Parts: sequence; structure tokens; C-alpha cells
Amino acid sequence: MNFEEYAAKPLLADAGIAVPKGVVASTAEQALRGAQMLGAVVIKAQVPTGKRGKAGGVRAVDTPERAAAAAREILGMAIGGHNVERVLIEQRADIKQELYAAVLNDSVSKGPLVLFSTLGGMDIEEAAATKPDAVRRGLVDIRSGFDRAAADRLLAGMDLAGAEGKIGDVLARLYEVYREHDAELVEINPLALTATGELIALDCKFVLDDSAVARQQALAQRGVPERLTDAERRGRELGLRYIELEGNVGVLANGAGLTMTTMDAVRHYGGQPANFLEIGGEAYTLAKPALELVLDNPRVKTLVINFCGAFARTDVMMEGVLSAWQELKPKIPAFFSVHGTGEDEAVQLLRERLQMEPFDLMDDAVKAAVEAAR
Amino acid sequence: MIVRGSERVLVQGITGRQGSFWTERMQAYGTSIMGGVNPKKAGSTHCGVPVYGSAHAAMDAEGFDVSVLFIPPLGVRDAALDAIEAGVKKLVVLTEHVPVQDVMYFLAAARERSIEVIGPNTAGLVTPGECFVGFMPAFNERIFRRGRIGVISRSGSLGTLVCLNLVRAGFGESAFIGIGGDPILGTTTRDALVTLDRDAQTDAVVIVGEIGGALEEEAAEYAHTMRKPVVAFIAGRASPPGKRMGHAGAIVMGARGSYDSKRTALERAGVTVLDTPSYVARAVSDALGR
Repeated sequence: MNFEEYAAKPLLADAGIAVPKGVVASTAEQALRGAQMLGAVVIKAQVPTGKRGKAGGVRAVDTPERAAAAAREILGMAIGGHNVERVLIEQRADIKQELYAAVLNDSVSKGPLVLFSTLGGMDIEEAAATKPDAVRRGLVDIRSGFDRAAADRLLAGMDLAGAEGKIGDVLARLYEVYREHDAELVEINPLALTATGELIALDCKFVLDDSAVARQQALAQRGVPERLTDAERRGRELGLRYIELEGNVGVLANGAGLTMTTMDAVRHYGGQPANFLEIGGEAYTLAKPALELVLDNPRVKTLVINFCGAFARTDVMMEGVLSAWQELKPKIPAFFSVHGTGEDEAVQLLRERLQMEPFDLMDDAVKAAVEAAR
Repeated sequence: MIVRGSERVLVQGITGRQGSFWTERMQAYGTSIMGGVNPKKAGSTHCGVPVYGSAHAAMDAEGFDVSVLFIPPLGVRDAALDAIEAGVKKLVVLTEHVPVQDVMYFLAAARERSIEVIGPNTAGLVTPGECFVGFMPAFNERIFRRGRIGVISRSGSLGTLVCLNLVRAGFGESAFIGIGGDPILGTTTRDALVTLDRDAQTDAVVIVGEIGGALEEEAAEYAHTMRKPVVAFIAGRASPPGKRMGHAGAIVMGARGSYDSKRTALERAGVTVLDTPSYVARAVSDALGR
């Protein structure tokens, strides 16, 4: 789950990392009042995506009137497909040097990774390619953590113009933010060194581990909710992972891997899938509401139902599908392929209730569905 | 990791609905279940085996080699550490939605003691004709039969389909290794590939991968050095970028984790990459020159 800058920065401030004074505004009038309190400011679009500056969503201004005018222009812009609904108005810092700091989950070392670079303002891959000596990477054993002494070891030998101690302090505090709030990533870019020798976080990116939401519920309230269509939201409320796509071949399968594969086969045989919908794991008992979701999409002209039961029982899923089918009486053709746990009972149900035979090969069910959708 | 029928298995969370259901099936198939754990029911008997208060207590009482966790997400870290500190050799973590920092924590503890971990977010392991650990339909003879093909899968349902296709064509499996669908895993595709390459019962390997992460790219580096043939299918070619496709690990960010990146890496290593999993058996036949 992503966090916008204005929601991420308080996490830094609470951990003792300095951030600029600022206010959030959703109208030009609020921006005017904010800028009157703050003096020279930066106005920043609040959207959960990078490249805000290039899109014209970040503006430095000197007077409250110009702040209001800039806010008026930025509010309502579309950046990376997101409408700007609010701006963050922050006091400008007197920047001497821009640095970079981050802590993230590293799938290669299977532990936390602390990153620091003296090339702030650019992304870390670019910095590493431009000037490898400017980047430090610290692998952390999560059981012992990353304290100030570990930060000092990471920074040893870098020329940091006397700011080593303060940077080490920020890195150790940033690690605390990462640990305490179950971050997948927390990044400060740029971390500014000011003319007076202070460190201040000018931007912050925070991504919460989706698997940790259950124990970070208060925090998750402040994250950016995933953008969902009405049907996707209904799916989520039922405990189903449903994603609407552009095509007209409806897909119902069990398990993430098999569902993706069924979509791939639709594409491979010349069709376009209408959705991703997973009823794997415990959700296999939800075949009935799942099928209702798929059929609710007016673009769906034909349907592939592909079950391969391991944990999920295909007879239970088939029962759900058939009861939805008999209730809704859809006018579209459906093509089945059924294998695995409960297969014989599932096929029997299909014969009895719909007088249909499943296809032996998933590919043949998909081909028939693609053909019928033309 | 391959689990053998002779290895003694502990079930943590044995008294739960899923724990009970699958313990009975594992026992019926031949898995040597020596006991279970539930701190609130220590001293009782469940599924015909003793229930202990902890993995430590189970180790002191009878000893075990493998532990499998039927434990809810927020309890996984402590249950895993209990088993690890008790001296387990192989740990199977089935649970989905375990917080990633908890996973890192018990993986670090396991690595320190050279303990093998499978998962999280896996349907488990099958050694056909010997035993299974997790919730796979091992007992379905149309899907699992003793044979000489090793299967590595990030997905339970898709891995099952691939096994079914192999058995229909007359093949059987030496081992099914479900590595799991999470972004950070105890056993990677590469680790499982090394295990099957060294396994004398295995003639060829099928990798069932999916978009997201770099598991298949890493595995390709090793596949390049192998004599045994490797066939692969990667799910998610038609999936939109930036969306998490059910599994926490199945997300494409930029070029990283993309279908093309994986396919190219595997093909460069001499691996046959299939467009659909239905023809996996034919590809294995061709690769074995039969």
C-alpha cells in the first residue's frame, strides 16, 4: 500500500527526522492562507507516483498570491493517471547538498537493505550507474537491527564534510520507521543538507507491506486505497481478488497461477480476457458470488471455467457455479475444464444440472470460448 | 527440499480445521506424522498422535525432522522460531499473508542453523509413493505417480495441472516442490533446481514460474550448467503491469519481473519455454529424446 508524501512525512517526524514545515491544501484559498504563514514555499501535487516534477506538479514560489495561483493550476491536474486532489505546501529549505537514504525489503539477501547515496535527487539505480563510489548498501540481520554504530560502519570512509554523525543518526532512525511500521520501502529523496548543516527530508516515499495491514490498521487508514471499480470493490468485500480487464472472455479459475494461465491461454488463442478473478485458497467456497461478479460485466460474451483442484475441491466450486448459473440464467455460452480433487463428483454435477461435458484440455475450452466470442 | 517417507513430521496447528483435515490425509498417504502442537491442548491426542505444548516439547519427547505449519499469519514467526530453536531440519510454511519482516526474521534464524525452509504461501511438497507435506492432492493417482520428473512450482493449482498432464502422458514425478507465491521465500526456484539436479531419482525438471521477482532469471543461471533437461512455463504473460495478480510476489514493476525477461533468460540457458502448460509432457519427451 502506497502513501502520499503528506501522509508519509509524519512517520519521519515522529521518529525525530526533520521535515519542512508545511500544510495540506485542497483549494487555492487554503494554499494562500498556508503560504501566508510559511513565506517562500514549494507547492507539491500529492499523488502516489513519481516524476511529479517533470509533469509540472512541483512549483517553487515566493509570494502567497503566486502560491495560490500555482495551487489552482496543480489541483485538478492528472499525473500518471491520478487526479491531483490536494497539494502539500512546504517552507523552502536552503539546500547545500542533496543526499539519498532508504530502507527496503531485499528479496535477494532475504533481509532489510539500507541504502545511502551522496547523489540525491536521482534514483538509486541511476546513482549507482553514474558514480558507484557515491552509493553504500548495507545488508541487515533483522534480528540484531541497524543502530547508530551500524550506520557509522556503513558510512565509514565517505567524504561527508563533517555531516557523518547526523547522517548516521538519520539512517538509524529511518530503520526504526521501517521496522515499527512494517514498511516494504521507506525512502528519503532528497535528504537535504542545508547551509546551516542541518539534515531535512524534502520528500518521502513509504510503502506498507500489504501482508502487515492486519497489525497496522490505524496506519493503513492513512494510505492510498487501491483504485477499484465498483465490481472490484464488491469482490474485495467478499474476499475475492477481482480485476476488470478490457476483453470479452470471462475467466473463472482457482488459484492465482491457474487463473493467470487461463488468461494467458485466452490471449494465446487470439482472444482477450475480461477479468482476473481468483477463488483459490479458502475462497474456493465463494464460486457462486464470484461467477455473479464475472457475469455482471456487460462486456463478457463467453466464459471459461477452469478448475484444477489441489486444496480447493472442484465439486464444491462446481456446486457454487451451478447454483449461480441456475439463479441468473445467463444467455452466454460457458466452457468448462475440470481436474483434480473432487473431479468425478464435479463432472457428474455438470452433466446432471447443465447437461454439459467438460473439455479434457484447458486449451480446448479456451479455444471454444474465444471462438464463441468473435 | 525433498521430504522422504522415513522422515518424522510434526504438525504445528494440528487441532485446527485445516490442520486436522490435512493431517489425516498425510497419514493416510504414508507421511510419518509423529505429533502436533497446540499450547492449549498439550497432553491430549489428536488424529491418533500426541499433542505437545511446543515444538521444543515435541523434540524432547520423541524428536522430529520436519515441521509443517498450519498457523495463522501473525502467529507464524513465533511458531517457526519455536521449531527452528528446537532443532528442526526442514520447515514447511504454508500460510499466506505472513508479514514480510516476520518472514525475514525466521529465515535469518533458519539460515544461521542451515535449516531448509519451504514457503511461505505454498501448497507444500509431494514425494509420490512416499509422503506429502502440506495440502496437495497427492493421493489422486491421476496427478501424482512415482516417476522421474521433478516439478518446481510457485503455484499449487497450476503445479497440479502440470503434474496431471505429465501423468496422463505416462510420466510420473520424482518430487513436487511447491516453493510458494511470496516475494521472499526460504527456497528459491534456483535452490529447488539444484536439489533436483543432484537427485538421482530425477531425469528432467519442469519449472512452473510466474511473473514478478527474479526467481526464474536466477534459476536460468544454474540451468545453464545442467545436463538434465529443463522445461518451463511462466504464468502471467497476459497480466497488466503494476497489478498484483493474486500472489503477493506476482507483480511486474517496469521491466523487472516481466514475462519477457524470464523467458529470454531461460531460453538463453537452453530451457524449453512453453506457451501453454497443456503440452508440457510432449516437451519433456522431446527433451529426453524419447
